[in-house]
Formats: sequence, C-alpha cells, structure tokens
Amino acid sequence: MIKFAPQLINLFATLILLLSFAMISQRRIVSLINLFMMQGVALVITSFLLGYATHQPDLYVSGGLTLVLKVIFIPWMLHRMIRKLNVRWDIETLFNVPTTMLVGIALVIFSFSLALPVSRLSSSLAGGSLGIALSCVMLSFLMLITRSKAVPQVIGFLSMENGLIFAATAVTNGMPMIVEFGIALDVLVGVLILGVFMFQIREKFDTLDIHHLETLKED
Amino acid sequence: MTPLFFVLGVPLLGGLVLALTGHRTYARDINVTFSLLTFLSACVLTVQVMDHGPQLVWHQQFYIDPLNVFLVTLTAFVGLTTAIFSRPYMRIEQDHGKMTPPRMRLYHSMYQLFSFTMLLGFTTNNLGIIWVAMEAATLTTVLLVSVYRTTASLEAAWKYFILCGVGIAQALFGTILMYMAAEKVLGPEHATLLWTSLNDIKGQLDPTIISLAFVFLLIGYGTKIGLVPLHSWLPDAHAEGPTPVSAVLSGLLLNVAMYAVLRTKVLTDGALGTAMAGQLMMGFGLLSVTVAAFFLSRQKDVKRMFSYSSIEHMGLITFAFGMGGSLANFAGLLHMTVHSLVKSAIFFTVGHATQKAGTQVMSEIRGLIKVNPTVGWGLMLGVMAILGMPPFGVFASEFLILTTAMREQPWAAPFLFLALGVAFASILIRVLPMVFGDSTLKPLAHPPALIPVFLHLALALVLGLYIPSYLNGWYVQAASMLGG
Amino acid sequence: MSWLGVFSQLLALVTALLLAPLLTGWINQCRALLQNKSAPGLLQPYRMLHKLFNKESVMAEHASPLYRTAPYLIFSCMLLACAIVPTLSTDLPLSPAADAIALVGLFALARVFLSLAAMDVGTAFGSLGARREMLVGFLAEPALLMVLFCASMITRSTSLTTMVETLAHRELAIYPSLLLAGVAFVMVSLAENARVPVDNPDTHLELTMIHEALILEYSARHLALLEWAASLKLFAYSCIGLALFFPWGVADANAPLVLLLALPVLVIKLAIGGVVLALIETLSAKMRIFRVPEFLGTAFLVAVIGLLVNVLLGAG
Repeated sequence: MIKFAPQLINLFATLILLLSFAMISQRRIVSLINLFMMQGVALVITSFLLGYATHQPDLYVSGGLTLVLKVIFIPWMLHRMIRKLNVRWDIETLFNVPTTMLVGIALVIFSFSLALPVSRLSSSLAGGSLGIALSCVMLSFLMLITRSKAVPQVIGFLSMENGLIFAATAVTNGMPMIVEFGIALDVLVGVLILGVFMFQIREKFDTLDIHHLETLKED
Repeated sequence: MTPLFFVLGVPLLGGLVLALTGHRTYARDINVTFSLLTFLSACVLTVQVMDHGPQLVWHQQFYIDPLNVFLVTLTAFVGLTTAIFSRPYMRIEQDHGKMTPPRMRLYHSMYQLFSFTMLLGFTTNNLGIIWVAMEAATLTTVLLVSVYRTTASLEAAWKYFILCGVGIAQALFGTILMYMAAEKVLGPEHATLLWTSLNDIKGQLDPTIISLAFVFLLIGYGTKIGLVPLHSWLPDAHAEGPTPVSAVLSGLLLNVAMYAVLRTKVLTDGALGTAMAGQLMMGFGLLSVTVAAFFLSRQKDVKRMFSYSSIEHMGLITFAFGMGGSLANFAGLLHMTVHSLVKSAIFFTVGHATQKAGTQVMSEIRGLIKVNPTVGWGLMLGVMAILGMPPFGVFASEFLILTTAMREQPWAAPFLFLALGVAFASILIRVLPMVFGDSTLKPLAHPPALIPVFLHLALALVLGLYIPSYLNGWYVQAASMLGG
Repeated sequence: MSWLGVFSQLLALVTALLLAPLLTGWINQCRALLQNKSAPGLLQPYRMLHKLFNKESVMAEHASPLYRTAPYLIFSCMLLACAIVPTLSTDLPLSPAADAIALVGLFALARVFLSLAAMDVGTAFGSLGARREMLVGFLAEPALLMVLFCASMITRSTSLTTMVETLAHRELAIYPSLLLAGVAFVMVSLAENARVPVDNPDTHLELTMIHEALILEYSARHLALLEWAASLKLFAYSCIGLALFFPWGVADANAPLVLLLALPVLVIKLAIGGVVLALIETLSAKMRIFRVPEFLGTAFLVAVIGLLVNVLLGAG
C-alpha cells in the first residue's frame, strides 16, 4: 500500500486538476457547488494518504479540518444561500467556454513550467504535484475574473484556497498547525462575510450580476 | 506580564466589548479609552526594547526589534488619534442619517479588531501568522468600507475583498515555498516559519525556491501595498468608506504590508546574494509612482485623489527600500512614519470638509478658510506637508531618496522628479480653490476634533527639523538590519 | 508471418464482423431496460441486416459512381480498423501497419467518403448532415490523437501492438495521465459514434440528426453495409478503449494459449462497456449542436492536460 502512495497521490492530484477544469466550464451553480465539494473530498483523501504514508499525524488533523470546513460546512452554507438568493444559472461569462478553456490550458502550461524546477528540489512524496497545485490556483483565478455572478466568484475564491492547501500538503507535508488553524479561520470568516455581502448586494441591486458593480471608474 | 500581552490583548478585548455595546452613545468614548490603553502599552513596550534590545516572547512566537517596535507605537498612536477624531465625526454622520445604531456597533468593534490584526501582523515572528493577520485585517475592513450601504461602497468593498483575496493567495503560495526551502535546510521535524530562525540560516536557503517565493510574496503583499498594476482596489476602498476608515487604511494598513515585504526581502537577499529582490521592488515602486501621479491629475473626488497620493508615496517607499543601503533604508523608514502622520491628518480635515459640503467632489467644495479656519488651515498645511515642502518631514525623506537615487540609480531620477512634480501641481491646483475663495458651506453641528490634525502635523514638522537621538538610533539600527 | 499470427488475424476479423451487430443490439437492450421500455431483442440488428440485403436497391438518377462505391469503401475502412486494433492478440501480421496515427487516418478516410456521398445526391439533409459530420470530425480527430499520444508517451511508441503489450505487462500502476486520457476518450467516442449527448441514434427528426442524415438516401445492401460499418466503428472504438485502458487478457506471440481465453474475456469486457455506454446515454440529454464544439474542445483540452501531467509527474 505504501508503495502505491505516490501514485495514488498523483492520481488524486490529477483528479483535483480535472475538477478545477470542470468548474470553469460548468454553468449551473448547483453543479458548481457539488464539484467544489468533490474537490474538497479529493483533498481530504490526499491529506489522509500522505499522513498515512509519512506517519505524520498533523496531516490527519489538517485533513479533518478540510473535511469539516470545505466538504461539510461551506457547501451546506452555499446551498442554503443560493436557495435564499434564488440563483440557478450563470449564463454569461466574460468570454465563451472554449476560449476560457484555451486560456486555462495556457495557464496550466505556464504553472507547470514555473513549478518544474522547484518540484524537483522537493523532498516530499508528492513534490511533483506543486505544478498541479499552482495550476489549480491559476484556474480558480481565471474563474474569478471571467464570471459575472457573485456566487461563482465566491466559489472561485474558495477553490483557490483549496489549491493552496493542496500545495502546502503536497510540498511540505502541511504547514505548522497554528498556521493551518489561522488559515481555516480566515476562510470561514471570509465566507461568512461574503455571504453577508451577497445579501446586501442583492438588496441594493436586485440582482447578483457583478456587471452592475462597475460604476466606479476613472472619469 | 510583558507589555506585548497588553498591546495585543487590549484591542482584542475592546473589539469584543464594543461588539456588545457599540451602539450606545458612550461607545465612542470606550473606543478612545481602549485605543489609549493600547498606545500606553505600546510606549511601555518601546521603552523596554530600547533598554534591553530585541526580544523574543512566548515560545519565540513574537519578536520585537527596532524595526517593528516603532511601527507598533506609530500604529497605536494613529489609532488613538483617529479614535479621537472619529468621536465627533461619526456623531455628525449619525445625525445626517448615514449611520444606524447596529452599524455603529459593527464600526466600533471592527475598528478595535482591525487594530488587533495590525499589531499582530507587526509583532509576530511567524511568517504564516503574518499572512493570517493580513487576511484578517482585510476581512475586518471589508465590512467597514461598505458600512454606508450605498451602491458605490458595496462595489468598492466587493472589489476590495476579491482583489485583495486573490493577491493575498499569491502571498500564501510564497509563504508555502518559503516553508519548503526551510524544510530542505532544517529537515522536516525542525522546519519552521519563524523569521528569527530563518534569518539565522538564510545563507543556506535554496536560491531557486526563494526567488520564486519572493516573487509571489511581493505580488501578494504588493497588492495590499497598492503597487501598480495591482492597485485597482485601493482608490475605491479608501474613498468609499467612512473617513476614519480611510485614514487608518491609508496610514496604517499599507505600512503592515510594506513591513511584511521588508521581512521577506531580508531573507531573500541573504539567500540569493544578488540584487534581484531590490531590483523588483525598484521596478514596481517606480511604476507605482509614475502611474499614480498621472492618475492623480484626473481625479474629481477628493478622497480618491488622496488615495492615489498614497499609492504614489508607497511606491516611493518601495523604491527606496529597493535601492537599499543605509541612507535609502533610513529615508524609507522615515517616510513611512511621516506619511502615516500627514496622510491621516489630511484625511481628517478632508473628512470634515466633505461633511460640511455634503459631497466628495472637489469642484463643489469652496472656501473652507472662511467657514471654519481651523479646517481650512489644517488642510492647507497638510497638503503642503504631503507635497514635500520644507520644513516638514516629508521633504527630508524625499530629499534623501532623490539624492540617493541620483547617486546610485540615475536612470530613475528623472521619472521620480517628473512624477513628484505632476503630483505637486495637480494636488495644489485642486486644493487651493477648496481652501480659499467664496464659500456656500454651512458650519457643522458639532465642533470638529482638530487636535489630532495639528498634533500629527506638528510631529511631522518636528521630524523634519530635528530627529531625537533615540529615534535616530532606532532608524539607523532598523536600517542596518534591513541590509544597509 | 507465423501461422498462428494469420490465424489470430482472421479470428479477429471474423469476431469483429460477427460481434459488432451483437454489441449494438446489446447496447440497445440495455438502454431500453434502463428506460423502462421493452427491448427489440438481442439479435435484432442481424435480422435487420438480413432484411436489407434481400431488398432491391433504389438509387437517385444522378447518383455518381462515388455514391455507389462509398458504402463498400467505408465498410472496408472500418473492417481494416477492426483488424489492426489488437482485440484478441497482439501477434498480428498487419501490426506494422497498426499505427495510432494510421488508425485515425482510416477513420478520417471513412468520414470524408461518407460526407461526400451524402452531398452527392444534392438533398438538403445530406448537406446538413455532411456539414455537421465534418464539424464533429474536425474537432474529434485532434482529441483522439491526443488521447493516443498520452498512451504513446507512456509506452514510447505509436504502434498499437507495442502499446498494448507494454501496458499489459507493466506492474500494476496507476497512471493519472491515463485517467485524463480515459475521460477524453469517452467524450470523443460518444461524439464519433453518434451517441447521446452528441447525436441521438434513434431520432426521427431530421433536423437533429448527424449520422442518420448522412445515410438517409441509401437503401438495401448499401444501407446494410453502412449500418454494419457503423457498428464496426463502435466496436473498433470500444476495442481501442479496452486496449489502452484495460489491456489485460490479450494474447501475444509468446503465449498463444491465451488466445483461447482472449475471446471470452473480450466478450465480457465489451458487455460491461455496453452497459456503461447505455448508462451514460440514459443519464445525459442530447446537447444542442452549437454546444458540440465546446464538448469536443473540452475533450481535447483534457487530453492535452493528460499529456502535460505526464511530463510534470515524470513517469506517470
């Protein structure tokens, strides 16, 4: 089993990347949240695997934190929010889906080339996944800037955090515990604040279309 | 009990207390009291560090040395004066109907929590906790920026959250890479993100990893400093929130981000041995100064104009630190101090001016001196100070930076002169009609608190004329620690 | 050219010819069962072929020789494709020609002739079908190539027989790039074989047809050949998928007795594949034509990412 650990971790890393891509091309917001949850599950499994293979209990705690926060609590909250806000679809994106995917590929190539020299230096089991983690961050960033509704932007932000936690797990077998807790707390508070925000935006503008939030420009 | 405990604990406690009582009329005074206690603890801490040298506190998790102790005191001081300023200001806002009691509660508790996160960012020894503190600072201010609930402020707050969130995620990636480099040298069991430990081994850190890490950290924290091209959230966020919030954002939060970049620069210079970090900072700094000066000239809203001025000055500071060397580092530290003081003073006067006029558009504010001479003179002197007129402190630091640039990086000097000149002309042209001329403004219902303004300006004046020896020693020590 | 090689080649050909309609019948049955309808019977495609071959062929007056020869050409292409994909054994005399790129070329050849024949008679639906077929093909071909290249990068050869041999005899290893290639391959097969969600194989509405529109004008033995060719194409795609992703149970030159085992193993694998395909078809809805480029673009990009992941993760 231990012999398989690096390959299994690579497999789950690829799965996380695939899910990031699926999130970019997905239009239905409910499916988007479910994809995000699946990405969280893949991340949790990777943490547990790595913890088992390297005998480091810290990774179990980190995986457990991700499980509670990103797989259970945040998707539940997001589902509740979209039910109350009554958003279902996000038809318009900045460019159409094929172009977005092409830009995504370019970002993936860029991240891989950036990360290759560094991942060779890593002493961790899953060092090769640094490029994948960086691509996930970049793809979430792409999702953030090409979507015009608020909820996909929030999911892009959360998916970016997923990519970063994955990078930390893969490259350095997790960060010091106190930092992990701090990051988790930040993410939690961030999501709560964003939730409050979306309600305020909806109240003011009657829509969650971000295009309405472009009035402050240089004149 | 070490004073650090109070420096951090008092604002945290204040945030909790004000979360419960922030809507009462005496909440404003509670706010001021907590800020005063924080400031006094910071002074005690400073004296302690001056006597005993740098200290590590509580399992090495906190580190106070000359670089951050004076920033801590500065933050506590400006926090105190802004709290004093905010007393009558927010009362007037409430009378004008722009604030409701629940929002006042949010405002007061977030104000104290914001102070806490900034002080945590300054005093922590753990690079990861610096990140957590910066993100927490963003979160506490996001709700503050949108507290007026207008369409413009919601937009500003959303943009602030998303853009800063994205930027800061890059910084987290950089931090992870730093941890990876540390792990390679120290081994997985003893790997740590403590700055002091990393500083000891910085020569052995792998250059490839560290250079990539620094780029991400500069981009990430640079977004929070407001470096061009990552600055687009700054004018909106600083202009749309209540004025006390603009003052602390411009005056204090930018300093925390700068401090984070400086700590990582020390590590990077030690690991790389080349000047890459400095060159990157110079490039970004110069770009920010030039672009901000030109954008400045096109602004019609007074708070936006001054927030572009903040971008310009932070660009100048980044450029100075990028140049490196004892003089430039000294100048950068001095500029950080006086910029905080003068910019917050300007925002105080501008706040009252906009309250009188009921608008932030500059062409509609006229003749402040006639209606309220103190506000008018405060604004005039503040603008003189920020534009670099002698004998204010900004002149001294800008002079040092420019002369060092002319000596060491002559290619950059023309850009700096041009940018500073454009900014000088634009701001003066806009402000002179605001201060002088005929006025249709009405006086305010409650007397404005202008002591903070003149206190800040006086300090800036003093720093321009004569720097006390202990302060001088501080700056020199900090500058040499930065690699002078 | 050993006798065993020739024998296994002929066996593969005959198996393909006989099993392909059975595979189509099996998929139709599974679909009907999943959709709670009564199935037409497992041997229905054979009955249909029999019926068609005994009918009289009717052709348009101005049909060119191309129109007449196209079905034979297409049928031979598909048969050849089935022959070179290592279904039962990798010890094939035709294996020097069994190159991945040549395989894609064969499919392209068949596609070109089918489209030309559809346009030949000049009907509106023929041209409509031809345009759509070329659109799908233009996007599916690079995707298929990328999928095959993913496997080639791992096995360091583009020859299908080498690929299957190497993959079958490696230690059990999990290749993430093959996972991505697999996802892309499924998407491409759905498009190329005219399955839901790209094209509904039993639609009656001409405006939504792709594949059916191309063969609308044919009758009798020509139609029989074209239907048979379509089942052969599905069979070939399934065998490619099985060869790349589940290559165990295929005989090679060193182990001729495995050949006896290879046939039942193939049948079982195809049966499972058929159920999975029926499941995918039942759970998806047909997408609008203008979404098809997006779908295929996604497949292409997933395959490219598979290649990149291969480079990044080293061996895997």
